[in-house]
Amino acid sequence: MSEPLVRAVNVTKSFGHVEVLKGIDLEVAAGEVVCLLGPSGSGKTTFLRCINHLERIDGGRIWVDGDLVGLAERGGRLHRLKDAQIAAQRRDIGMVFQRFNLFPHMTALENVVEAPVRVRGERRAAAEQRATALLERVGLGDRLRNYPSQLSGGQQQRVAIARALAMQPKLMLFDEPTSALDPELVGEVLAVMRELAADGTTMVVVTHEVAFAREVADQVVFMDAGVVVERGRPEEVLGNPRHERTRTFLARMRTGAEQAPPG
Amino acid sequence: MSTPGEPAARPGRIDAVEVRHPWRWVSVAVIAVLVLMLAHLLATNPAFDWGFTLEAMNQSVVIRGFLIGTLLTTVLAMVLGILGGVLLAVLRLSENPVLSGVSWVFTWFFRGVPRYVLLGFTGSLGALFGTGLSIGVPFDFLFSQWFGTPELRAFTIGQQSLYDLLGSTIVGGIVGLGLSEAAYMAEIARAGILSVDRGQHEAAEALGMSKGLAMRRVVLPQAMRVIVPPTGNEVIAMLKDTSLLVAIPVTVELFYQLGQIGQQTYQVVATNMAAILYYLIATSVLMVGQFFLERRFGRGFGTASAARPAAAGVSLGAGGAK
Repeated sequence: MSEPLVRAVNVTKSFGHVEVLKGIDLEVAAGEVVCLLGPSGSGKTTFLRCINHLERIDGGRIWVDGDLVGLAERGGRLHRLKDAQIAAQRRDIGMVFQRFNLFPHMTALENVVEAPVRVRGERRAAAEQRATALLERVGLGDRLRNYPSQLSGGQQQRVAIARALAMQPKLMLFDEPTSALDPELVGEVLAVMRELAADGTTMVVVTHEVAFAREVADQVVFMDAGVVVERGRPEEVLGNPRHERTRTFLARMRTGAEQAPPG
Repeated sequence: MSTPGEPAARPGRIDAVEVRHPWRWVSVAVIAVLVLMLAHLLATNPAFDWGFTLEAMNQSVVIRGFLIGTLLTTVLAMVLGILGGVLLAVLRLSENPVLSGVSWVFTWFFRGVPRYVLLGFTGSLGALFGTGLSIGVPFDFLFSQWFGTPELRAFTIGQQSLYDLLGSTIVGGIVGLGLSEAAYMAEIARAGILSVDRGQHEAAEALGMSKGLAMRRVVLPQAMRVIVPPTGNEVIAMLKDTSLLVAIPVTVELFYQLGQIGQQTYQVVATNMAAILYYLIATSVLMVGQFFLERRFGRGFGTASAARPAAAGVSLGAGGAK
């Protein structure tokens, strides 16, 4: 078995006195899709943000593609990486946010072109060509010159996915990518993600979309109160949960989905 | 809720009597009388010698004062103020407590001293440097005293030149006004930077941008939307504050020159009117420029007029729904 693309061992993290991650382990093989499920406050988003060092972990280790995240080991001691080194690590990890976080002063195309040109130093013409292809791939070939404020939430999120893909990352992180969307716009974003998964993109997805996890995930991780309660194939964890907490959560998601008012 | 009775009774077009506003007409009448009185005053009072006002405005010393002492000083002091202010704001928001402290102390000093007093002080700075001012190794004179090493100085400006530069040319004014302005611009720029959603920093960092690149390409352009409107006010205020250059004292300045003419001719009202007209014309032009700047930096945030409430420091979340 080859080295996993992401390996997290005993990751702990506190905000002040509140311990939000209490020893998380995770292995993600290249090409695998992992869905992190769990109630709000379970620490799944925080854990995801630790993988690209948007949050600094207090204990444990995270490796992405064999490199320690945020740290380097020299002479038997751990050293914190400098900002520039952390930035270099992040270049290979794409991230999609719940609130899209597109750059509002740039068009869709400029959003996608920005990092390849300014960070990777690609030539603008080549980057624009690639960005156009990416935006066409997410179904927005006719929206290149639109500003984010002129796009629907679903379109904005698809631009955000194209923006992350433009850096040709080894790994894609999704932080509740459909939670801020109107229900009728969720499908178009999930469709793009499904396609990425089918193309063999390695993805870690924090989501509340149980149906998506069941269909697309290779591995489902259920977290609660800062620990991993249960993990495994989606049909095991979602179809036949062994733990009471998982069962309660899934039942609540089901009734919640049925009772959710329209709009 | 259908109307009972005849089926044809569905209500149609409304033809109602509008509300009357009699007090509006009263106020119009009152204001009309006041305007007439003002017009009469301006036209007939002998103190308003309009011919002389125009003549005063046309004096070459006055025009030169306006171009150099007012316009050029405003532009250069604002350039210094804006660059300094953005730098101070970035320092102030730095994680490094030393840089943040330096920025705070600078702002504390220059905001606390009145500009008129500050300009007077700038003009007298030459007095501090009896042997001139040099660029070189700090405390080299002590080393040469103790160890006999030579003085290490690359560039020296003599005391008299320093006096001339800071005490009678607009350089002193630009330095004094610019540093004072930097303190105010720092607060404006800081508010602008803080108005940008935290998610924007994170999105930039997640793409592998350095902090500096994220600041330049992502944060500052969005902060501009909040920074530009109050900066327009600062430019207008600066234009007016150039009349304080007399504290230095600089003589190549609009109000000083008009004041001289007024004293010599006893036509003080006319020369004051000339100054008022000059300042009004200049500030009007600036207001037009401000309109176009705001529109430029409101890009991607809906219409230009919608960008204006942002002046109040309202932060729009990134990618907020339309």
